[in-house]
Amino acid sequence: MELTGAEITIRCLQEEGVEYVFGYPGGAVLFIYDELFKQETVKHVLVRHEQAAVHAADGYARSTEKVGVALVTSGPGVTNAVTGIATAYMDSIPMVVISGQVPTSFIGEDAFQEVDAVGITRPCVKHNFLVKDVKDLAATLKKAFYLAKSGRPGPVLVDIPKDVSNHKTAFEYPSTVNIRSYHPQVTGDANLIKQAAQMLLEAKRPMVYAGGGVILSDAAKQLTELVHLVDAPCTNTLMGLGGYPASDKQFVGMLGMHGTYEANMGMQNCDVLLAVGARFDDRVIGNVAHFNSVPRRIIHIDIDPASISKRVKVDVPLVGDVGSVLTDLIKVLKSSKQKPEDHKDWWKQIDEWRGANSLNYKNSIELIKPQFVIETLHKITHGDAYITSDVGQHQMWAAQYYKFDKPRRWINSGGLGTMGFGLPAAMGVQLAHPGETVACVTGEGSIQMNIQELSTCKQFNLPIKIIALNNRYLGMVRQWQEFFHGNRYSQSYMDALPDFVKLAEAYGHVGILVEKPSDVEGALKEAFARKDELVFLDFRTDSTENVYPMVPGGKGLSEVILAEDL
Amino acid sequence: MRHIISLLMANEAGALSRVSGLFSARGYNIESLTVAPTEDATLSRMTIVTRGSDEVIEQINKQLNKLVDVVSVMDLSDGDHIERELMLVKVRAEGADREELKRMSDIFRGRVIDVSDKTYTIELTGAGSKLDSFLQAIDRKLILETVRTGASGIGRGERILKI
Repeated sequence: MELTGAEITIRCLQEEGVEYVFGYPGGAVLFIYDELFKQETVKHVLVRHEQAAVHAADGYARSTEKVGVALVTSGPGVTNAVTGIATAYMDSIPMVVISGQVPTSFIGEDAFQEVDAVGITRPCVKHNFLVKDVKDLAATLKKAFYLAKSGRPGPVLVDIPKDVSNHKTAFEYPSTVNIRSYHPQVTGDANLIKQAAQMLLEAKRPMVYAGGGVILSDAAKQLTELVHLVDAPCTNTLMGLGGYPASDKQFVGMLGMHGTYEANMGMQNCDVLLAVGARFDDRVIGNVAHFNSVPRRIIHIDIDPASISKRVKVDVPLVGDVGSVLTDLIKVLKSSKQKPEDHKDWWKQIDEWRGANSLNYKNSIELIKPQFVIETLHKITHGDAYITSDVGQHQMWAAQYYKFDKPRRWINSGGLGTMGFGLPAAMGVQLAHPGETVACVTGEGSIQMNIQELSTCKQFNLPIKIIALNNRYLGMVRQWQEFFHGNRYSQSYMDALPDFVKLAEAYGHVGILVEKPSDVEGALKEAFARKDELVFLDFRTDSTENVYPMVPGGKGLSEVILAEDL
Repeated sequence: MRHIISLLMANEAGALSRVSGLFSARGYNIESLTVAPTEDATLSRMTIVTRGSDEVIEQINKQLNKLVDVVSVMDLSDGDHIERELMLVKVRAEGADREELKRMSDIFRGRVIDVSDKTYTIELTGAGSKLDSFLQAIDRKLILETVRTGASGIGRGERILKI
């Protein structure tokens, strides 16, 4: 029997076990929406803006091991989706975005709602396809899912012209994919793994630096075992939080621009560095020359060869899946007769740095300190919630003070730094984990970038808790202006803010205004007790609070500003 | 340093822009780029001449390999290879210049492939530097047009780029 392109699209999604599609209809995808209507296995979540569809699919993917799926129409549907796609691309999130396109005969004629979707998204996708013939559709979608989740994951866009979704062909979903030019290396080189093991055993001051690759590869268990085996301090990048339990005594916190003093000093002063699924980016190691000025040997595990020796030259490049390489490395270490060196002096040094207490802050009885809100949030949710965030100061405080013990609990836009990510991402997380606690830590700036999604949350009964750290400033911008632009707060004051409580109520949710530190815990308790309702908590926080420690842009990891320095 | 990189990629719409887009997005330099289908109609072969430090060239090779459409990549500069470029030059050929231009063309083993009463079009093949020398050897004022293909390259002997 022959099926239309639209039917084939839905059948492919079913074959891939897709539970949710996040999307927004429009002219070019009408046939596909018609088929969605006729079935119940693939559920559609109607967002209020295409950017949110992609972020929701992204949040869904980050909090599970599955591929997120978004569906948008041609033209503005696709251009609105681009920010979401670029966000997923920067953080290597597996995702398939299906976009409608004008009919093939109209392509290139500047037709209504026509854009070159493949061209516009090319620099921010792992791969993309324009399907010109319905006969290629099933195989293309199969490839799209395979590419999205294999190797270094990433978003894949499939652009389907309207006539292709209406043309008929015989349907057969391919059981396997073979792309002759695409064979990601999964297993690490055995000899290099032995070399790495030896290097780790001989290290006097070892350090493990783990990033988002650990989360994506579901390798938190192996990482923890390895860190214990080699007796090294372990730090996580912003993307890696939860990949190593924050409550473990070998954890030294997050590193980088707003990392702990001990993590950054450990990075700078170690003699052997094991980098796992991380990419030495500018927010992590700061000034490359400064980082390189101290001799150390580096082992780098990453599935993407292009991530290795990109910014920092590496001694032992281990290309492969993080989980697989760590497992092999653990085997070699366990079978070795040699024990790791004694690291007593190193730990003493680490503890000395820990003594700087770099995350300390002065609490207040008058003003709500944002750090205090996050610490209380951690307490009330027993450190077990899914936390999404937007971008800015609140994001850093959430990363610093919500101690993540489990992977896939911390959902944020690390690479692209996309404001407006938090709420739609939380929708995807909540749908993936219906009974679980999901909180979106945000600011009054970020939340307004996708505030319309409060409507989606109502429609789909998503009881997300919005923790808005409202300091009436675009806080991170204000902080940089204070530090580096002579206190000239150019356009960083948020004037004419809405009454968020009334706004939440207008959308059919609950809003709570919190103005006193003594009310913080009670308000959070009340919010989380409302298990079936979305609660918008508007915390009026200290508007002058800054994020510390801070390694200013272009500086080295040891050139840090601590809160007490000021 | 100058590098000449050869690659095989899927002969599909958009494949070329993936490569050129990669170079512009990451700020890599392209001196020349040539591409045409191979004897296997599903594959195109591209030759890119670029410049960069060892680190940049390493990244270029890795990033090219990462493109899903790219089947294989070889940095020809890593070993023995041959490089050829085709140039067509239209020159003003009148009076005494006519004889002189013909002679220069012969010295450089070029061929006159189009003749009019006032012009010659000369075809010349060789390494880029040979083509440069020819242009320097003739009177600059006589050059009306030049068209160059950019370099194509191939490894010597058993150095073969295949899937």
